[in-house]
This record gives sequence, structure tokens and C-alpha cells, in this order.
Amino acid sequence: MATTQLLSLTGVSKEFPGVKALNNVHFDLNKGEVHAIIGENGAGKSTLMKILSGIYKKDTGDIVYQGNHVNVSSPLEAHKLGISIIHQELNLMPDLTVAQNIFIGREDRRKGRVFLDNAKLNKAAKDLLAELELALDPKQKVGELTIAKQQMVEIAKAVSYRGEVIIMDEPTSSLTPAETDALFKIIRTLKAAGKGVVYISHRLEELNKITDRITVLRDGEYVKTLNTSETSIPEVISLMVGRKVDQDQRPDPRPQSSEVVLKVEGISDLNLLRDVSFDLRKGEILGFAGLMGAGRTELARALIGADPKTAGKVFLDGKEVKIKSPSDAVKAGIGYLSEDRKKYGLLLIQNITFNVILSSIPAFSNKFGFLKTKPAASIVRDAIKQLSIRTPSENQFVKNLSGGNQQKVVIAKWLTRDCNILIFDEPTRGIDVGAKDEIYRLLTKLASEGKSIIMISSELPEILRMSDRIAVMCEGKLTGIIDNKDADQNKIMQYATKFRD
Amino acid sequence: MSKEVKAVEGEEVGGNRLRAFAKREIGRVLALGSLVVIFIFFTIMRPVFASWENVSGGILMSTTVTGLLAIGTTFVIITGGIDLSIGTATALVAIIVGKTVMALNLGVAGGMLVGVIVGGLIGVVNGLLITILKLPPFIATLATMKAAQGLALIVSDLKPVLFTTDVKGWDSIAQGNLIPKIPNGVLILFVGAVIAAIILNKTVLGRYTFAIGSNEAATKLSGVKVNNWLVAIYGLGGLYVGMAAVVLTSRLGSARPDLGLGYELEAIAAVIIGGTSLLGGKGTISGTIIGALIMSVLINGLRILELQQEWQYVVVGAVIVLAVWGDNVRRRRAGEIS
Repeated sequence: MATTQLLSLTGVSKEFPGVKALNNVHFDLNKGEVHAIIGENGAGKSTLMKILSGIYKKDTGDIVYQGNHVNVSSPLEAHKLGISIIHQELNLMPDLTVAQNIFIGREDRRKGRVFLDNAKLNKAAKDLLAELELALDPKQKVGELTIAKQQMVEIAKAVSYRGEVIIMDEPTSSLTPAETDALFKIIRTLKAAGKGVVYISHRLEELNKITDRITVLRDGEYVKTLNTSETSIPEVISLMVGRKVDQDQRPDPRPQSSEVVLKVEGISDLNLLRDVSFDLRKGEILGFAGLMGAGRTELARALIGADPKTAGKVFLDGKEVKIKSPSDAVKAGIGYLSEDRKKYGLLLIQNITFNVILSSIPAFSNKFGFLKTKPAASIVRDAIKQLSIRTPSENQFVKNLSGGNQQKVVIAKWLTRDCNILIFDEPTRGIDVGAKDEIYRLLTKLASEGKSIIMISSELPEILRMSDRIAVMCEGKLTGIIDNKDADQNKIMQYATKFRD
Repeated sequence: MSKEVKAVEGEEVGGNRLRAFAKREIGRVLALGSLVVIFIFFTIMRPVFASWENVSGGILMSTTVTGLLAIGTTFVIITGGIDLSIGTATALVAIIVGKTVMALNLGVAGGMLVGVIVGGLIGVVNGLLITILKLPPFIATLATMKAAQGLALIVSDLKPVLFTTDVKGWDSIAQGNLIPKIPNGVLILFVGAVIAAIILNKTVLGRYTFAIGSNEAATKLSGVKVNNWLVAIYGLGGLYVGMAAVVLTSRLGSARPDLGLGYELEAIAAVIIGGTSLLGGKGTISGTIIGALIMSVLINGLRILELQQEWQYVVVGAVIVLAVWGDNVRRRRAGEIS
């Protein structure tokens, strides 16, 4: 089949007050092609996608779609042209059915146009799902589906507009490997049907599996378009960050203390966790690996008293401690850094100072409950310097910081509270490749200063790079603890799938 | 990305402190500006409007009760909650104060203490319903609103309680003049506002009020005993309800079981006009006072213009829409919300 161009963007620029978000960017997409756009946060990927889907207007440049010059002036216009976008955060209504979600705003109606024609709607959805080979029930409520299935609903919705171009923004960020494979199968179906897919992902190892070409953006500039078959992940990364980054790094050997600071015995919870026991040593990074749903976050939340335990004991420096609520955990010196910083870690609408002292407010107040703002401000300024949080001042609102700097604010909060045990849940989720390195260095530094770290991560290279020892979980149980020197990706995956077929 | 850079620029410009201050406080500056404009408008229409007699006895005095209620409920709204019970709780506290003062001959100080304690207890009940039974604040306080309404009628036996002249000086709680020309009720409102502003901005309780409203889950995970603080915050709101009830009875010389319903919405309107976000995490006491004054100035001015009471309500409704819509437009332009 001769490649026919579906879409081409040339010389697209977009300026926001004070910043050139996109400068002379090129991109093109053929029928039946999956073309990845990658780059760090702030590289301009989302700006480009928003221009393509009509949310932003470009300043200069030309968009040719199916041979015609077009001006995508609004999301509605994009839909009419046949350009659909599936956002990372899914936009579905959980209490409506699959069919109702797919055809929202375009419902079939009975004669007279007053009453809905559900039979017709469900039939149309059923046909569409069959066409895409998706095993979904049109009448099921979307809220009852897994995230992966919800994503399939979004894809069906995009296809239902008879779109030619489907943009997927980080579609695999919350999928398990099996679900990712299922998604790739759907993408291949779309390819076979001649659709063009624009694929945005942070997971570089996926690019080999699914994409035909890769376009790299950096700081709003077009860097290069590569044929996937002729490139490698290290090359892509070095183009993204403008320098070389080692993917298969392991930690420098650290002197191992045998002092156990935290001993967990037989933790179970209502749903998932079964008899989890482990030791955490002083100054070590204990990685927690496992598939999505293995119970790692649940373990952390049960440990700090955020969710109830049905059994289990926790010992701190050999003494048993009762942890019934997060405030007990904090008192015991255990800080939890959630994978969802915005929801469980930060006060986004408040400034850095407020966020950093949040756990230590009693320490910054006198006996009458009045705040001592001066010592707080100086501690916060020190923390900003020490963790190199990039911000004009400690009064900056946290919502204006990048993901990496937000993560550092959460770290600063726990260091200010003097926590000796830190539980990092996906410490680099949503953080740029460049800033990841910095977080890694910070974790290593904290460990070498004697902090004990539990690091939950779904990224095996990250687990292998950071952990002294690796605990692997599967279906709520701890299936093994491996020394880093004995570990590799295969071994971890074996433990992580122990109870699965 | 664009936002990030814009904010950074904003901070750089912030080297000019005055401009940074104006930018940060623009919401309150605009609210105060509207108050002044409305005031000038009525003064031009009827010069008597600006007489001290009208300003102190008419406008400021009529702000005392809803003003005190609004101050207390500002804390609750900053936590992201709401308190619908403050109106009928005012009636219940007023009746209880009246009954106890008359029966036990408690005097002024004792009566005030009873009011504040009973008000505080009602607030604590709200806090417990919200934290222990985990009822949404709207439902919990709707329930106490109805219960307080009923209890006020039951305790009073459907009759108003008169503060006879036996209770020396009860009328001077609101109407006396510790400071010449300034009614004590206005003084109480002013002192109450200053104390609230200090608590909100300078103390641990105030800081946790903002933290809970910004992100309750993150605050809890940071080791803050959110439930205890919420009970304290609703309790604090209740103390202001108690004070409001005392001032109300002093102004009227009686406690009426049916007087109070509807005050809660006036207080909430004042808080919102004053720029406190119903979503929580943001708000000021000075804004609330400005909001309460805008409402009283409007009502008083419209009354002097002899607009029928029915139409006064309509105007107040329109002003709430205008104030909040205007604030939204401004914040959207400033990129604070999308």
C-alpha cells in the first residue's frame, strides 16, 4: 500500500506571554501509521496536541489535512474534520452506560425527537464495538469497568466520530502489561483500518512495540523524526534530553547497615493484603516491585494507618508501635509520599512555605498556638536551597511548579518534620527524564545520610537502579525479597506473577 | 507550561512590592471599591444616608448580627464546609440565654457566657456529626438547623422571652457606648473581627483551616488530626453564633423563637461577596466584613430610597450574582481559574 499523507503540520509556532511554547515545529502522519511524539514535560507535546485538537490556536504555520489547508479553530471543528483526542485523564461519565458515553451529545431519538431511543443507541454501540473487536457490553455502566476498559470506550467514542486521526495522550500510564498488550491490539486494528494514530508516551520501551515513526521535541523545538526500526531507546533519550542517559544503571554499592529500623509483621487488610512481613534497615532503599494491583500502595497506606489493618504488628527500633492513623505514623517518624501528589500530597493553591511546614506546624508555634513565621521562612528557604527547588521564592504557589519541583516540596515537608523513614510511592511518576535523575540523586543522598527509604515503583529500570534490596508483591502477598546484585528484570517478573497463570 | 512562566514573571514584577500587593489583594480592593461606590451613590441620592446617625445606628448596627455570624462561618467555609444551622441556632441560643438570665438572674456577663457556651456546643455537635458520623456538612447542618428551629419553639413554649428591666444593662450590650458615638454592638463586631483575623492568620487553628480546605486528604496524610480540628473550627463558628444571639437579644430587648431563620443565608452571602471561595482554601475576615457591609448598605440605602422591601430582596439577589460573576471574570482573565 502506498503511503498517503493524512496530516501534515509545517512551521507551527505558538507563543504565550513570555514564552515560545512551539517554534517552527514539523509533523506529519500517514494513513495506517502510528507516529509517536515524545519529549520531556514542557517540550511542547501537549501544546502541539492542543493545536491539533482545536483547543489552542497556532500563531503561524500550516496544517494540511487530507490534502486541504485547514484551520482547526475549535474542538468541535476538530471533531467535524475527524481529529479525535483521548486525554490521559479519561472524560467519561461513570454513571452512564458504555453506549450512552460513546454517543453522548448525539443520542438517537424516537419520532418527535423528545424521547431517547435506547434500543437503537445500544445497537449502534454494539456494532461499533464488534467492528473494533472490543469485548464490551454496551449496557454496562462505565464506572464498573476497569481503567483499561474505560480507555477502550474512549477509543470507540473517538472512532464513532468516523475520525481519521486519533491522538492518544499517555494511554498506557495506568495499564498493566496485559492491558497494554490489549490496547496495542486495538491500535493495530485501527492501523489496519487506515486510521492515523498520534501516540504520546513517557514509556520509551513501548515505542518499539507499536510505533512506526518517532518525532522528538525539545524545549518547543523540533529535533528529529526517526524511523522506529532504525533507532534505539538510548538514541531517543539522548535526543530528548540533549545528552546521554544510562538506562541500565545500578546503585553504587553502599555500606550496608544491619540495624533494622522498621519491622513489619504479618500485615493484612480487608481486601487484598495477606500476611506481609519485611524489615527495613537503616540507610537502605528497599524497592517494592509488582504489577498494578499487587497491593503495594495498599501496604503503604495500611502501614501508615490511612486504611485499616485487620492484622499485623509494626516495630520501630525494636519497639512495637500502634499506628492507627496517619498522625500516629508521622509521630513515629514515617512519612508517606503518594503516587498522586496533587491529590494526597500537596496543597496546590497554597505556597511552598505552607506546604513545607504542614507536617511540622506545632514545632513552628508557641504554646498559645501562635505561628512563628520567621523561623519557618528560614527553614523553608534552606530546604529550597538544599533540594534545589527551582522557584523564584518560597511564596510561589505550588500549582505553578513543575512535577519534579512539586515532588521536592513534598520531600522537604517530611525532612522538615525530621522523618527517618520515607515511603516513596512512584517517586518519579509524571516527572521529566532530566528531573528524574535529580530525584534519584536526592534519594541516594537521603539514604546515605541514614534515612531509610521504601520505594514503590512500577518501572523496573528504576527499581533496579535505586534499590539495595527488592521486595516483590503479587496479589496482596509478598513473594520474595531479592538483593540487587542477584536481581534482574526477569527474576522480578517471575516473583511478580507467582500467583498468576 | 505557559502558566508556569507567567507566574514566574509575576513574581519578578513582584520586586515592586506595592504592585505585588495590589495584584494579590485585588479581589478585596475591588470589593472595598464597590462598597465605596455604592455608598457614594446613595449619599448623592439622599444626603441623609451619610449622616453618622444613619451610618452607626442604621447601617453598622444592622450589620452586627449577620456580621458576627458571617465571621464565624468564614472559618467553616474556608475548610470547604458550610453551616446552615447558624440562623436557627441564633434563635435557640437567644431563647436559652433569655430563659436562664431571667430565671437565674445571671446578669450581663453571665448571660453572655451562657450564650457563647451554648453556641459553641451547637457548633461542636455539627463538627461531631461531620467527623464521627461522616455526614456531609450540608446535611449535618441542615439537620441541626431544623432541630434548633424546633427546640427554640419548644423551649420558649412558642412565646418570646422578654428581658425585663430587672436585668440591668442588658440593652447596653449592643446599644451602650463604651466609646462615645460608637454603639457597643458595633464595637463587639469590630473586636470579634480582629480576633477572628488574628486566629485565622496567626495561629495553628487558622493554618489548619486553610490546609483542610485546600486538600483534606493531603492534610490528613501529613499527620494533622483533621477531625479534631474540624470539631474545633465548627465550635469556633458556634462561639460567634452565641455572641450574635446575645447582641440580637440586647438590640431587641427580647428573644424570639422565630427570629433567626434566614440569617444563615445572609451570612453566607456576605462571606461569598467578600471573596471567600465555597470550594475552600481561600478567604479573609476583612473580605467577609466588607461583604456584610455591602449587604447592609444596600438594604439601608434602598429603604431610604423607599424601595419596597420585596424589591430590596431582588436587588440583593442581583448583587450576589454580580459580585461572584465579576470575581470569576476577573480571576479567569488573571489565569487563576480556567
